[in-house]
Amino acid sequence: MHSGIWVYIDHFQGELLTVSSEVVTAARLLADKMGLSVTAIVCGHNIDDLIDQIARSDVDYVIACDDITMADFRYESFGALLAKLYAEHKPKIILMPSTHRCRDLIATLSVKLDVSAITDGVDLNVENDIVQVTRPVYAGKLNAKVSVSDLFCQIISIRPRTFAVCESNQERSEVLQVDPVYEESEIVIKVVSYDNYSTKKTLSDSSIVVSGGRGVGGPEGFQPVRQLAETLDGALGASRAAVDSGWISYDHQVGQTGKTVSPDLYIACGISGAIQHQAGMRTSKIIVAINKDVQAPIMKFATYGIVADLFDFIPVLIEELNSRSV
Amino acid sequence: MCVKYTPDSAANMSVEGGKANWGDSPMVINPWDEYALEEALRIKDKYGGNVTVLTMGDEIAKDALRTSIAMGCDHGVLILGESSSMYDTRFTSQVISKAIPRINDFHLVFFGKQAIDGDTGLVPMSVANLLDWPGLSYVSKIVSIDENNDGIEVVRLLDEGYQECIAKLPCVISVVKEINEPRYPSFVGIRKASKVEIEVIAVDELVDVEVEPSLLRWSVSKDSVDTYDDPEILQGDDMSSIARALITKLTADKVI
Ligand SMILES: Cc1cc2nc3c(=O)[nH]c(=O)nc-3n(C[C@H](O)[C@H](O)[C@H](O)COP(=O)(O)OP(=O)(O)OC[C@H]3O[C@@H](n4cnc5c(N)ncnc54)[C@H](O)[C@@H]3O)c2cc1C
Ligand SMILES: Nc1ncnc2c1ncn2[C@@H]1O[C@H](COP(=O)(O)O)[C@@H](O)[C@H]1O
Repeated sequence: MHSGIWVYIDHFQGELLTVSSEVVTAARLLADKMGLSVTAIVCGHNIDDLIDQIARSDVDYVIACDDITMADFRYESFGALLAKLYAEHKPKIILMPSTHRCRDLIATLSVKLDVSAITDGVDLNVENDIVQVTRPVYAGKLNAKVSVSDLFCQIISIRPRTFAVCESNQERSEVLQVDPVYEESEIVIKVVSYDNYSTKKTLSDSSIVVSGGRGVGGPEGFQPVRQLAETLDGALGASRAAVDSGWISYDHQVGQTGKTVSPDLYIACGISGAIQHQAGMRTSKIIVAINKDVQAPIMKFATYGIVADLFDFIPVLIEELNSRSV
Repeated sequence: MCVKYTPDSAANMSVEGGKANWGDSPMVINPWDEYALEEALRIKDKYGGNVTVLTMGDEIAKDALRTSIAMGCDHGVLILGESSSMYDTRFTSQVISKAIPRINDFHLVFFGKQAIDGDTGLVPMSVANLLDWPGLSYVSKIVSIDENNDGIEVVRLLDEGYQECIAKLPCVISVVKEINEPRYPSFVGIRKASKVEIEVIAVDELVDVEVEPSLLRWSVSKDSVDTYDDPEILQGDDMSSIARALITKLTADKVI
């Protein structure tokens, strides 16, 4: 009964990531087309609430491992458990969100099962029981349609914001509790501490991203950009030029050597739109460019262009947004 | 240190018969790998030792090794096969993990976070698993290496922030850009690189011929990016009217 499609539920310290519920939606779509069941796999420590939340979402079964050794994600212990569960249940497809943790897990699992995995899917199609995954390659300049020729297990990860968030508040599915494979002494990697961790909206999960580039002119120049992001309840991004100048930390960088985002709305402030920046944001639904220069490359692929000095325009925009909501 | 030779990030990509084509754009060391290279060289400066650079690909990939040697690597190994784009990550990882113990007794193996052509990012941790060494991915800082206890402490950059962890040597590391600022090849280095002998190992020596070079079926197509409509430049008498026009648009688009 646990042999159809698996969804690995990634979370941060018990807090469900939005992308995990998006992947449940993807699993349900595939399951309906292929006549398979959906089983969610969730591992962690003190995660009763999370397990309950998942069991009431659009899945048929849940396999859960709640144990102190699973408190921190480590590919060693998580990978060993998934490989063992795989051997017992033989799912046909394993879906995961495209997160850092899951990338490590996929690499581990693909070695243990000796299969080729496909990462960063942005579209899924089924043909003769084979899932065809569309994924961006060459920094998003091209799309590849990829499928595995060896069918015994298809492991696929899916980018955030590719599918809608799954429906919840359903009847509670059956939960199978399992034990971990490793004891703490068998796990080499130890987590010492977390720093700067925030469960606030991460760049890749956010439906609105506001970014600043060299055009903001300095660290203080990020103030209006940050304020606009806050007004819109979005995340703050940056171009590499701004990061390299030391105006903002690297974890805000969008682009080929930064994060890939695909929000509903991307606002680029003082960013020229170099190809490497585009690589991280071109799949955004609506792109707004605020730039002094009408000739800037970003003005060629933005949805809306505002030709203005950002320091003049953004404060007015914030004011208009605020007056709208009262 | 493993580097991949990839088309330049600014290359104009086109499609021919379902395969990617980068015309006459230059090939470069995968940009992510430069940070890994730099870190390997810094570790060498601090703790001593040698840095070997390894790439798997065709004859042309030797250029990537020469550039790495010009930056300061001591030794270069080409695992000679077809162009690296012909292999999937499973195969690449198997070959690299067989090559590593054959070349030397390494303490650390460095990787870039991902290759900018395939963008899969699976090779580093697959190699860690195949070697059965601890794997530390997305490392943004190497805090310390304790040679007596074979201990290593690093900071990793994950989706939600930084995580500090410890592991044992030998281990596999993949790095993020934040870790350092890569150096340029030196003049002396370039001269050295042009003379140094590159060690060549054939792919067939490392894996059985039955192992499929790729279990994935690919077909590439052009992204829709070229079909973008021209943007709408919003105009108005003053900033407020432009701002209001934008808000009206975004509200109609249901994004705010
Ligand atoms: C291998 C490689 C990887 C890279 N990876 C990335 C990456 O991940 N992300 C990334 O972003 N870049 C990346 N880059 C760098 C990229 O090529 C560009 O250099 C960078 O994106 C430029 O940043 P920018 O748009 O902020 O700066 P600029 O190109 O300098 O643009 C600044 C813009 O601001 C406008 N401006 C100035 N003042 C104002 C004002 N007061 N009001 C309004 N507009 C104003 C200007 O008209 C200009 O268009 C990479 C490059 C390489 C070679
Ligand atoms: N053909 C190759 N030769 C050497 N190193 C490689 C090769 N392919 C990938 N790598 C390494 O693995 C990392 C991740 O690549 P990938 O998993 O293909 O995205 C790269 O940054 C390189 O360090």
